[in-house]
Amino acid sequence: MLLIQCPYCDEALPELEFAYAGEAHIARPADPSALSDEEWRDFLFIRTNTRGPHFERWRHIHGCGQFFNAVRDTVSDRFLMTYKAGEPRPVLNALEAAE
Amino acid sequence: MSDVAQALGGASFTGFARVEELAPQGMISFRGDLSDPVVQEALRAATGLEMPAQRGIVQAEERALGWMSPDEAILLMPHAALGGVLVELRAALAGQHHLAVDVSDARVTFRLSGPGAREVLAKLAPVDLSPAAFAEGELRRTRVAQVAAAFWLSGAEEIALICFRSVARYVFDLLAVSAAEGGEVRAF
Repeated sequence: MLLIQCPYCDEALPELEFAYAGEAHIARPADPSALSDEEWRDFLFIRTNTRGPHFERWRHIHGCGQFFNAVRDTVSDRFLMTYKAGEPRPVLNALEAAE
Repeated sequence: MSDVAQALGGASFTGFARVEELAPQGMISFRGDLSDPVVQEALRAATGLEMPAQRGIVQAEERALGWMSPDEAILLMPHAALGGVLVELRAALAGQHHLAVDVSDARVTFRLSGPGAREVLAKLAPVDLSPAAFAEGELRRTRVAQVAAAFWLSGAEEIALICFRSVARYVFDLLAVSAAEGGEVRAF
């Protein structure tokens, strides 16, 4: 079983307690009604679908209930790091160098 | 006051450990910024207990104060004391963003007791329940088979577990099956 570090509980906890919540760092448009149909489509549906390190949201749903962000390698399923929601997107090169 | 009805009428089961539904107790769900000193002071004054650290629970006699998340705490107390605590909390935090609600009837409490208590739960939750890893003072929110639950050590060889009232029968049956005679693993 995967262990995922919850940045709010500050402990590595079993994957069973967590739920995946889509790609991270997708900001909702400030003025949605100003968007064209294509832009709105991109916001709703178009994702990076990365092979390798992927920025994604997770929720500790059976624990503290908080949403947080994670960097997970989609090839190896390995979590490179997790961080609190609202914190800046980490730099990938530094993360990979630390591996 | 009208009588408080128990979800399972005080059901109990004895196998290699004992499982019982406890008499209803007062339970308040508190939401607010727990890192705020004003909130901490209000909780301290209302419960008489120190705010526990992350994943912690502080107990004294019939009261307890537990950390549920960075913005949620749970307060346990006798039913009769609940009204007073709510009034006190709301007065202390008047004008400040918070929520304090009586959730006593939303949840049920079970007690697992006996030398095998840890083992009963270890079969159902993805938690290391060995004495070295799970100690007194820790409040563990997790899942028990298919549903959410929280538990903590309420004494030596005694575990308190809370879950939603709507799944009380499911959780009781799970615990009873897990505690059945002949199901000992003796891992701890």
